[in-house]
Amino acid sequence: MSNEATLHGHSEVTTTHDVHHDEHHGHHHKETFITKYVFSQDHKMIAKQFLITGIIWAIIGGLFSVLFRLQLGYPDQSFPILEDILGKWAAGGKIQPEFYYALVTMHGTVLVFFVLTAGLSGTFANFLIPLQVGARDMASPFMNMLSYWFFFIASMVMISSLFVQTGPASGGWTSYPPLSALGDASEGSKVGMDLWLVSMALFVVSSLLGGLNYVSTILNMRTKGMSMTRMPLTVWALFFTAVLGILSFPVLFSGFILLLFDRHAGTSFYLSDIFLASTQKALPNEGGSAILYQHLFWFLGHPEVYIILLPAMGMVSEILSTNARKPIFGYMAMIASMFAICVLAFLVWAHHMFVTGLNPFLGSFFVLLTLLIAVPSAIKVFNWLTTIWRGNLRFTPAMLFSLGFVSMFISGGLTGIFVGNSTLDIHLHDTYFVIAHFHIVMGVASFFGMFAGVYHWFPKMYGRYLNNTLAYIHFWITLVGAYLIFWPMHYQGLAGVPRRYLDFSGWASFNQFDGLNRFISIVSIIVFATQLLFVFNFFYSIFKGRRVTTQNPWGSATLEWTTPIRPGHGNWDGEIPEVHRWAYDYGKDGREFISQTEPVGANESKH
Amino acid sequence: MAQAVPAEQKWWSGGRSPFNVEYGKLMMWYFLMSDAFTFGAFLISYGTIRFSSNSWPDPNEVFQSFPGLGSGYPLAFVSLMTFILIISSVTMVLAVQAGHAMDKKGVVKNLIWTIIGGLAFLSCQAWEWTHLFHEGAWWGRNPFVNMDGSQASTNFTNFFFTITGFHGFHVFSGVIINIIMLIMVLNNVFERRGHYLMIEKAGLYWHFVDLVWVFVFTCFYLI
Repeated sequence: MSNEATLHGHSEVTTTHDVHHDEHHGHHHKETFITKYVFSQDHKMIAKQFLITGIIWAIIGGLFSVLFRLQLGYPDQSFPILEDILGKWAAGGKIQPEFYYALVTMHGTVLVFFVLTAGLSGTFANFLIPLQVGARDMASPFMNMLSYWFFFIASMVMISSLFVQTGPASGGWTSYPPLSALGDASEGSKVGMDLWLVSMALFVVSSLLGGLNYVSTILNMRTKGMSMTRMPLTVWALFFTAVLGILSFPVLFSGFILLLFDRHAGTSFYLSDIFLASTQKALPNEGGSAILYQHLFWFLGHPEVYIILLPAMGMVSEILSTNARKPIFGYMAMIASMFAICVLAFLVWAHHMFVTGLNPFLGSFFVLLTLLIAVPSAIKVFNWLTTIWRGNLRFTPAMLFSLGFVSMFISGGLTGIFVGNSTLDIHLHDTYFVIAHFHIVMGVASFFGMFAGVYHWFPKMYGRYLNNTLAYIHFWITLVGAYLIFWPMHYQGLAGVPRRYLDFSGWASFNQFDGLNRFISIVSIIVFATQLLFVFNFFYSIFKGRRVTTQNPWGSATLEWTTPIRPGHGNWDGEIPEVHRWAYDYGKDGREFISQTEPVGANESKH
Repeated sequence: MAQAVPAEQKWWSGGRSPFNVEYGKLMMWYFLMSDAFTFGAFLISYGTIRFSSNSWPDPNEVFQSFPGLGSGYPLAFVSLMTFILIISSVTMVLAVQAGHAMDKKGVVKNLIWTIIGGLAFLSCQAWEWTHLFHEGAWWGRNPFVNMDGSQASTNFTNFFFTITGFHGFHVFSGVIINIIMLIMVLNNVFERRGHYLMIEKAGLYWHFVDLVWVFVFTCFYLI
């Protein structure tokens, strides 16, 4: 049996499902507003619901960062307007310390989970998987709908926690006990913390329902000829993302259940030998371990950064190849490195805990495993660079954001080597260096991937284009701004400036950064305003954007561009197309691109 | 390969591709993997705390009562519980088997036995919890002393009630699922569909819950 037959021999598997879905496609119900836009079971609509909810969350989460940057840039100034809006949380026009902690906590939670997990992989897994593997819809459209609505309920609970009297959770986005376990420890550990835990538990359910669907759709619903190794890298990335989520979120869930018991049932899973300053009392709890929570949290927490990053990587691979008019370089190496990242993601969690009392001997293993991630990451970076090398580049907004992603991923990845070393981490942990590292490599890079995805697939989503001028302004200000905000933080971190501090004016050694802090704050306000420009562009273009007139505006080889310009529920009007080749036949045999649906010619070499 | 394989033959040596199962079954397997990680996290947390403690209560001392007989029968009652649950797995297998043969009567009979087994297990657990509660054990309260005679932390009971409770909740869900399956069978839903695959998926869940109990049982009663 030849290699080719080995890899592509089982493609007839999916035919049985085509039958089922064809009959399902045949009868279009009369759709009401409710079934079409609210409780929709169409994966494309659910994707848009995730995206728009994510955008709203991103505005809220971004606004939080503007508020605390105001405090950090102008610690001795007062802004009376803040008191008008926020009341007691900004008494006298100054952000209060408790509220500052709440702001950083909610900023992290919202952006990590609600924007870059649900908003990013929720959107693009839903949108792209059925379209790119050639399926009418997800394996279970009903569960898919539930996935969004669990996310929606989680969002509502999290929003409501902003309005309770004692304020939202304020123990950091990681919510370490004992602070998070003891209601008497701080205002934010009272009902706000309960709402945070409930919201996150609902979020885990949503992510599980979504993830199961993504995995079974990819494994089971591929169209005829779409073998695993003919799938676009986006689908591979979303597959690994879903598996990571399925295996890591339940551990967080367990951790949260134990935390809830510690809060309300008098247990001591995480508590031992505690004296509480606020009540001047020693607590009876014995035998627990606060470090245990950190293990459970980071067993999710580290895969989580790849849950955020992998979809962006997949989309960037696809967009770079399409717009360089060249096949992706090292397709199999890309898959292998994503798989390696996936495996390593589960083996490095304790590098977040080097200084919590972890055995240094154990730490050295985690250093080794952590630094190993540099290998697949570097493979991916070199593959992206060789993909665009001597390519026929088209600088669409999506392409620019993809290039920006690669730039951010390199800059942020390199500092990962610093913080991944347990010895250097003694100095660097909990400083602005860490903030700079993960914001660039995970936050900004994934945002760039998300923007690239939105600009690239917006025509497929809404049948219209986004405005290019606004897009270019958006890109350049965001790229330059992101570097201006986060690059200087490396220097602050190396100088020892700690994160989560309200005000540095009390430390003479940090006074030298006063001007720099103001500068960062000003830039972050500008960058935030630029994101609003994108939001305007997005909503304006849904209704008034330039109409898409050709089926395949980017000249792309993948299946989603063989659907009608505005595909209905079921995606393809007639038969689902059959796939004959991989997704990256660009610039082959003198042709710009060859769609996956085109049979391999007699004289053509087969992938 | 010793023999020449025809080019058309699938490359999975069993002849059936693992992708060739119905998507719902695939989802169930992935869900079970996810759930295994939930229980894994609980049990590893339990192990971590237990091994960081100097000593721990002796299960032979704690679990030695049998309803109607009083105390002095270490682990007898939990053995009965475990036996009931494992037997209910056997009847579930028989139900799945009957489903493959499109034998509606056999499915109904064995599903009913499985439901009875599940309810019996839950009743046993309810009795055991009540009994322990009357001995003074609950979340945050531990009347039992360590094996070495020293004062025990409350984490023995904390973990016991949390993890067996979480498992009991799974059994409860399994019973509900089985009851729904039974109603669907009685309404001829699967006869009309032409296959009893749903019974098989419910069976997967039920076996998983049983398997988890084996680990929970080992961790809390035997070690």
